[in-house]
Amino acid sequence: MRVPLPSDDWIADPRRGGLALLALVLVVLPIFLPNRFYYDVAIHAGLAAIAVVGLNLLIGYAGQISLGHAGFFGLGAYGSAVLTGTHGWPPLLALLASALVVAVLAFLVGRPILRLRGHYLAMATLGMGLLIFMVITNERTVTGGPDGMAVPALDIFGFSLSGRNKQAWYALVALCLLLAVWLALNLIDSPVGRALRALHGSEVAARVGGVDVAEYKLIIFVISAVYASVAGSLSAHYGGFITPDAVGFLHSIELVTMVVLGGMASTYGAVVGAAVLVALPQFLTAFHDYEQVMLGAILIVCMIFLRRGLLPSAIDLIRARRP
Amino acid sequence: MTILDVKDLAKGFGGIRAIQGLSFSLRAGAIHSIIGPNGAGKTTLFNLVTGLYAPDQGRIAFLGETVTGLPPHRLAAMGLQRTFQNLQIFETMTAVENVMVGRHLHILRGLLPSLFRLPSIVRSDRDARERASRLLDFVGLGTYAEIPAGAMPYGALKRLEIARALAAEPKLLLLDEPAAGCNAAETQEIDTLIQRVAAAGVTVVLVEHDMSLVMGVSDHILVLDHGQKLAEGPVAEIRANPAVIEAYLGTRAAEAGAVPAPAG
Repeated sequence: MRVPLPSDDWIADPRRGGLALLALVLVVLPIFLPNRFYYDVAIHAGLAAIAVVGLNLLIGYAGQISLGHAGFFGLGAYGSAVLTGTHGWPPLLALLASALVVAVLAFLVGRPILRLRGHYLAMATLGMGLLIFMVITNERTVTGGPDGMAVPALDIFGFSLSGRNKQAWYALVALCLLLAVWLALNLIDSPVGRALRALHGSEVAARVGGVDVAEYKLIIFVISAVYASVAGSLSAHYGGFITPDAVGFLHSIELVTMVVLGGMASTYGAVVGAAVLVALPQFLTAFHDYEQVMLGAILIVCMIFLRRGLLPSAIDLIRARRP
Repeated sequence: MTILDVKDLAKGFGGIRAIQGLSFSLRAGAIHSIIGPNGAGKTTLFNLVTGLYAPDQGRIAFLGETVTGLPPHRLAAMGLQRTFQNLQIFETMTAVENVMVGRHLHILRGLLPSLFRLPSIVRSDRDARERASRLLDFVGLGTYAEIPAGAMPYGALKRLEIARALAAEPKLLLLDEPAAGCNAAETQEIDTLIQRVAAAGVTVVLVEHDMSLVMGVSDHILVLDHGQKLAEGPVAEIRANPAVIEAYLGTRAAEAGAVPAPAG
């Protein structure tokens, strides 16, 4: 007896069903956003989701940890800020140039440190993130140091998108997120993605099977860094002002937490993880001083009862209820 | 024609010499077995030949080319594949995807075409999937194609590894205890499978403790003991070799040898 293909199930078929569903959610969501504040939360969630979808390729699929991705996010943000603000470059060109610089940097840094595994890789990427943070904080003349710097409005093909134009920003971020998810899904279901998942499952078997493990780890490290950089550039333009907080260690941890919370090796899970972790603190403000405590408690409970992450656990629940 | 030639190979771990001064050569187009007691260095030898370990000394030639020190993926490109004694499965991937990884070197795998899912990648992946499904049918796992490998039974995973290795179209296939933990019926299936693989022109090297399987399928046997060659030769010769009986087979096996081994 042939077992039914999982692709008969729209939830499990990422391209046919999942992407359409995500688009639908993004189109319908504004109906439930009563004011500018909620738009702002949604835009921040979308921007975070772009970075997290990329980071999930590295952590969830290839099984390589990075505790320094805020460094790449920050380089994208400051790259765009400096090139557009100080040097007057067109924002789109600045975004692409920053992404290119980040790709080259990730390539150069990734080569030596991706030989490391587990905790050692975590330490090395942590060090990389801190290094980027220190440089950005100390180069006051370029970056404004700890005080941060202003970023001009995003200007695409003659349209100026100020951060105050929430609807337009929402539409832009939604489109970018869909593109980010589409590319990630394509990659996962390709020879490259299979090689990444294989080296996560068994590095020895992948190598013997013909996968150049070092090369593939490097490829995905660079791609995830570019995702973070683009998200950083967009965030800088949207916020109109950036500080080194965006580059800091806590932000790196936040990105990793979003990957784990949403569900490792689940692209839509990454979106859910980002959305929940951005939105949750807004709903917890009622708890005032205990907001962080509540957030921590929710994360602990999620990890104990929904270890695979929010989305994969939810899909399991739905499947289990079907006859 | 010699497919694998090993000269004066040595490998130690700390104070233990796992392989020492080992030389042998294997003829293409035959089924070879490597036997010996636990700790004789059989798996270490596989790890050396497939490039997972670098030898302390010695030289390995595959298809007439010196390959000592080459990484596993380069050896794979030359036509060397293996399976693992302790299973090395991509558990989160489906059975058919596991086998598709074996096709890695034979399919289009460009980064940009993959990211944008260009028609060339779609076509090449569809072919890879078809070939992988056929290989799953070949090893008798067709029904598992879309099941995550982590959910498959142990005996099936042994054959999944063989299918994955075959997907790479190897010239030399090393099987590390393919029948370990299998019952009599499953061992018989592995026996048949090995003979069909060999009949397709693949040179097979088998490490196995199941002596009836070894004696039944092998053309040539290499006996290791303490990392050294104890004996080598055709099955009948090895069976009768007093040193081999002493070190490994034991008298009971020698008596069992008088009864014809089950033919595959």
